Order: sequence, then structure tokens, then C-alpha cells
Amino acid sequence: MNHALARARGGWHGFVWFFKGVMGENAYRDYLDYHRSTHPGVAPMTEREFWRDKTDRQDRNPQGRCC
Amino acid sequence: MSQTSAPLPGRDPDPESTVLVQDPNLPPVALDPAVTAAEDRKWTPAKIAVWIGIALLGGVSWSMIAIVRGEPINAIWFVFAAVCTYFIAYRFYSKFIENKLTKPNDMRATPAEYKADGKDYVATDRRVLYGHHFAAIAGAGPLVGPVLAAQMGYLPGTIWIIIGVILAGAVQDYLVLFFSMRRGGRSLGQMAREELGPIGGTAALIATLAIMIIIVAILALVVVNALGESPWGVFSVSMTIPIALFMGIYLRFLRPGKVSEVSIIGFVLLIAAIVGGGWIAETDWGSALFTLDRTTIAWGIIVYGFIAAVLPVWLLLAPRDYLSTFMKIGTILMLAVAIVLVRPEIHVPAFSEFAGRVDGPVVPGALWPFLFVTIACGALSGFHALIASGTTPKMLHKEKQSRFIGYGGMLMESFVAIMALVAAISIDRGIYFAMNSSAAATGGTVEGAVAFVNSLGLSGVNLTPDMLTQLAQNVGEESVVSRTGGAPTLAVGLSQIMHGLIGGVGMMGFWYHFAIMFEALFILTAVDAGTRVARFMLQDTIGNFIPQFKNVSWRPGVWICTAIMVAGWGYILILGVTDPLGGINTFFPLFGIANQLLAAIALAVCLAIVAKRGAFKYLWIVALPLAFASVITIWASILKIFSPDVRVGYWANNAAYRDALASGETSFGNAKSVAEMEAVVRNTTVQGTLSIVFVVLTIIVIATAIATTIRAWQRGGGISNEEPATVSATYAPAGLIATPAERELEKQWNQLPDELRLERAHHHGQRS
Repeated sequence: MNHALARARGGWHGFVWFFKGVMGENAYRDYLDYHRSTHPGVAPMTEREFWRDKTDRQDRNPQGRCC
Repeated sequence: MSQTSAPLPGRDPDPESTVLVQDPNLPPVALDPAVTAAEDRKWTPAKIAVWIGIALLGGVSWSMIAIVRGEPINAIWFVFAAVCTYFIAYRFYSKFIENKLTKPNDMRATPAEYKADGKDYVATDRRVLYGHHFAAIAGAGPLVGPVLAAQMGYLPGTIWIIIGVILAGAVQDYLVLFFSMRRGGRSLGQMAREELGPIGGTAALIATLAIMIIIVAILALVVVNALGESPWGVFSVSMTIPIALFMGIYLRFLRPGKVSEVSIIGFVLLIAAIVGGGWIAETDWGSALFTLDRTTIAWGIIVYGFIAAVLPVWLLLAPRDYLSTFMKIGTILMLAVAIVLVRPEIHVPAFSEFAGRVDGPVVPGALWPFLFVTIACGALSGFHALIASGTTPKMLHKEKQSRFIGYGGMLMESFVAIMALVAAISIDRGIYFAMNSSAAATGGTVEGAVAFVNSLGLSGVNLTPDMLTQLAQNVGEESVVSRTGGAPTLAVGLSQIMHGLIGGVGMMGFWYHFAIMFEALFILTAVDAGTRVARFMLQDTIGNFIPQFKNVSWRPGVWICTAIMVAGWGYILILGVTDPLGGINTFFPLFGIANQLLAAIALAVCLAIVAKRGAFKYLWIVALPLAFASVITIWASILKIFSPDVRVGYWANNAAYRDALASGETSFGNAKSVAEMEAVVRNTTVQGTLSIVFVVLTIIVIATAIATTIRAWQRGGGISNEEPATVSATYAPAGLIATPAERELEKQWNQLPDELRLERAHHHGQRS
């Protein structure tokens, strides 16, 4: 019973992780991971700054969406 | 730098890979090729049984669709035939391409690794990237083309969608993705310039720009036709704008980064907008306010397109994109589940009366070649080359994943096209033709539609006025006659399938407008993004002469270039909306031709690259779809330009109307006045001119690609433009499900301390 519950919870977590990944929500976490490993000791952008920077970069570098 | 890494002609195209030495402190960054080969070659009885099962089920399904005649067919056979064929093609053909042509090397770092910046270049979990890539390539295209092609019967479309994708569409997506990845994520335009030289590169650039304009215009035309005279649709689709603005502000100021949260809020608001639309459309003021004619809606979309493309991304485009992605994944899952659960019966003949004729009322022209341009997205879509050489190659974690993402992603889009086809053929044929014949043929009235459809002499079709009025009432529309463009037909199909599952007849209106809503959402996002990309390309081009235009933050440049692009597609949109001959039926062939010509350009670039790699023995893998795409599109273009048949040839029609005007007639064909006759002359001039421009540019690109290929053949290869190989320091499995050997290796990586791993989605590695 507990085993089944654990599996269900694991499945739900997997789904949430996949969903957030596809929606692009993990971008900030990826950035933090990257930043930590390449610029240790330097303060990263805050979450707010990061998302502003991301959409501002899209302004300068548009990406197509297909039909 | 790429010059120095060039291989000698005729040698291994990837010479540095043999000397790549990985960090000895890390587990292997690639599976030993011998282990992979052994795994591939090891045929256990269980594995053999599974593949025999898939082949048998696929075979039975294909015979049910293709051979059994005279009785209704269950829709489930379409699903099985498609899925089994995809599995076999993916496992055997795409693997063959990998082994013989692309030869990915996991020892090499991908751009996401060697150019990692934490923003654009980010190694992404393969399953997440698959979802990303799919959301970027799939849209309204695969939902529209198959619906229109259903006039020829179900079999031509089904065969082309399934066979086309495995031999052409998925091959194109995979190769472009792979070659772009090997070139640091360069765009198709940059690759064309590099591989084909200045003439081919410039022709490819202009063709891409022109093709984007026509594609945006025709997609917008589909939305206009779906929303014309539909207060419910107009209200709920316009509500997407304030909803997106709210989401944008929420993400910018209230809770940055809470993307899923805001998407769910947005989705709930969308549903509320659809339900609310139903109520508002029934009130007097609501129906007075939101019943708009097509020309007004077209102008609305033009104004919207301009504003949306100059507003900052965070305010409108980004939240729209989130909503669109959310809806894409959700509705496509819903459609698949519904078709499997409801399993509608199909009464449409395999080949209809119009398969062998040129006078089909939905789109004119004979099956050969017009089937292949009517269905572009889903079988072969050139537009994907822009995505496969855009964001996706910058996010690939390992080289070997390109097959799953590129080839596999396109198979999923093809499946969407099959489901759209099933939805379209599950509705009554009489209703199908009443909805999809232009108002020029039906007069836009129920009586006119009934008379017209029954006069077509279609077997088993006996349309009554009741059927049309009843359906219109069920889906909450004033009328369903001449709702051309494919979207309303798909929406009717979906509402018929879904209401059996949830909600009964009372919910048909909701499901209909739900379908209209998601198609409009996909299209308006594509219109917005397409305008931006096209503007960007134009700015870049003008910037070669007036440098200031290259500065994308210079507002006058942004506004001027956006205005030019919007004027371009807006003009064609208005022509389509006011076309006395119908609109969709005359303009849609241009959409398909444009998309397939872009595919020919992308494949031509791939051909040149493969030749330069010296892989002449397997050149046919690219040459086959390239030859097919070139022949059908060039031939379709030639028919559109030179055919003496007024139903097919743009210029023939143009001449007929000009002659009629010259001889002083005041009505001719479907044009009821001199003004309408002049409109036909103008429209056919635009259509004919565009056909000529497209085909000439494409012939230039293909000719330069063939010249490059021949040169490479004479030398036994050519100079590679690949980035120099750098060694990888990370590992991830290649396909959706990790093989035992991959799992073993992944386990070793998971045991490493965090700082030694580049893999970011670490805690999920085990679950592969």
C-alpha cells in the first residue's frame, strides 16, 4: 500500500517536473545551476531580474513559432 | 576556424572525433559504440515478438483502411496504422539514417555544453526538450490541411501524411536539427549562405521572407473565416488578449517565474471566456456588438498584428506563448484520448469523386500534385527547418538525442494531422461540403448549400436543410454554411466526438468554440511571432545598406519594418477575405506550395552538406524527399502559372476575366459585378506573381545545391563548415526510454558529486 502510494507520488512529481520543464518554468533554476558552477562567488541575477532579462532578450532576438 | 578543421576530401567527415580524449576522472561520456551496436543487434525472443506484433497490427490496420471496402471503418484503425508505422520507421529507418548518414558522436560536446550560457544554450532533459520542440513546430497547420484534403477521400491524405512524414518530413527535421547542432546552432539562412554561396543564400533568404508573409496571411485568413458572423467566437477569442495582458503583468510584477501557475490561471480564464461567450452571444447587445463581418475582423487582426509585434515580448507574446503551449499539449492529448475512447465510424469513401477531378469545391486541382501541397504540415513542413535551426539545437544535451527530438518530434506532429483527418471525415459528407464550399458556390444560404451539395452527385450524400440548421443550432452558430478554412470543420468534428464523451448535445457549442479558440490561439501566436521574425530578417537585410536598421532597439526601424511586414501579409489577407471566388480555395494552394518550397530549400541545404561530408552512397536519403518535394511543388506552381484550365491556373483565370471586362460584360463566373470582376483580375495577378516568385527563387536554391553537390562529388567531398569538435564532459541517454547499457552508465553519472556533473535535471536521471 505504502509502496503504491510512493509510486503515485513519484509519478506526480515526475509529471510536475515534466510539465514545468515543457512550459519553461525551470529556466531560472537552470541558470542558477550554471551560474554557480561557472561564476562561484559572484551574485547571480535575482529571479525577477532573470525573467526580465529573458523576455528582453527575446525582444532583441525573436524566435518563430510554427504553423 | 571551420576552415582549419576541414577534413581532406574523401576522408572521415568527423576526423577529430577519433582523437577526442575525455576527462579520465569522469565516467564515460559516451557509450562504447560496440556496446550500442551489440544492443541493437541482440534480438531476444521478447523483442522479436514485440516487433512482429507491431508489424502485424500495422498491417491489419492498413488493410482495414486501404483494402476493405463497402462498409464503415472504425477510426481506431487509422490510429493503429499510423502509430505502428511510426514505430517501425523510427526504430529502423531513422536508426539507419543515424548509422549511415548523421553518425552522431556522444564524445563531442553539443553547443548547449560548449557554448553554455545558462540562458539560450542550456542542456535540457531530452523528454522536456521533446515537448518544447513539439510545441514549437506544431500549430494550426496540421489541423487545417488534412481537413481540406478530405474532399479527395480519406485514403490519399492518410497515405501521404504517414508515408510522407517517415520518408520526407521527419528526415528533414532530423537532418536540419543535426547539421545546425554541428554548426553551433546556426540558422537555416546562415547555413544556406555558407553551404550554397551568396546567390543560393540570398535566394533562400528572400524566399524565406516571402514564404513567411504568405503563411502568416493564410493562417490569419483561417481565423477570419472561423470568426466571421460568429459573436460567440469573436468574444471568446478577443478575450485572449486581455487574459494574456493580465498574465504578462502577473509574471512581470507580481510573481515572476511562476509560469505554470499563471498558465493554469490563464486556462481557467479562457474556459470562462468560452462559457461567457455563449451567454453573451445570446443577448441582443452581445450579438449586436460581436457579430462582425469578415473584412472588419481582418482589419482587427492586422491592427492587432502590428501592435502585438511592437509591444514588448513580456506583455503579450510571452504569456500568449505559455497559453498556447499549455493548450497544445492539453488539447492534443484530449483529441487522442477522445478518438480512442469514442472510436467514431467513418462513412467517407477511400477515394471520393474529386480524387480524379480538378473541380473540387474545397480546393481545386487534381490529386496529383495538389494533395501534396494541400497537406503540408503533418507530412512535410519546411517551416520546421526554421525551428530545428533555431532554439532546439541550442538545447540538445547529447548529439545522439537529435534523432529522438528531430525525427520523433515530427512523427508526433504527423499523428496530430491524422487525428485532424479522422475528426474531419467523421462528420457527414454533405455537411462537410456545405461547410467547405465557398460562399461563391453556395450563396452562403442553407437552401443554396443544400442545392449545391446535392447537385455535386456525391454517392451516399443526401443533404437536407434540417441537418444544417440543426447543426448550427447545436454548436451555437448562426449558420455553418461556407465556413471555409478547415478550422470550423475540425471544430464540428471535435464537438461531435467530444460531446459523446462529456456533456451530451448541450455541450456541443462549448466543444465547438473550444476548438475554434485553440486554433485561433495557435494562429494568432504564430502571426505575432512570425511578424517579429520576418521584421527581424528585414531589419537585418536593410541593415546591410542602412546600418542603423541593424540596431533592433532603434524604434523607428522596428516600426517601419513591422509596418512593411504587416502590410505585406495584411494585403494578402484582405484580398483573401474579399475574394469573389471564395478565398481559401484560391489562396490555400499558395500556402502549401510556399511551405513545401521552404522544405525543398531546407533539403537542398542538407543535400549539399551530405555531399560535402562525402556520404555519396547515402545521398538518396536526402535526394529522394528533395526530388519529390521539388517535383510536386514546381509542378503545382507550373500548373498554377501555366494551366489553361481556369479552375486551376491563376493566369488563365486572370485572362478570362480580363477578356470579359474588355468585352463589356458586367458579370462573369462567380463574380456578380464589374467591381468583383476587377477584384478577380487583381487577386489572380497577385497569386500568379507570387507563384512565379516562389518557384523561381526555389529553382535557384535547388540549382545551386545541385551544383555544390556535383562539385563535391568530383572532389570526393568538400570543406566542412562544422564547428571544431570539443570533448564532452556529460552524459545522458539518447532515446525516450534508456536501454540497459545506458541506464548502467547513467547510474555511474548519478553517483558523481554534483559539481562534476553538467546534467541539471539530476534527481530525475534515475527515472528514465
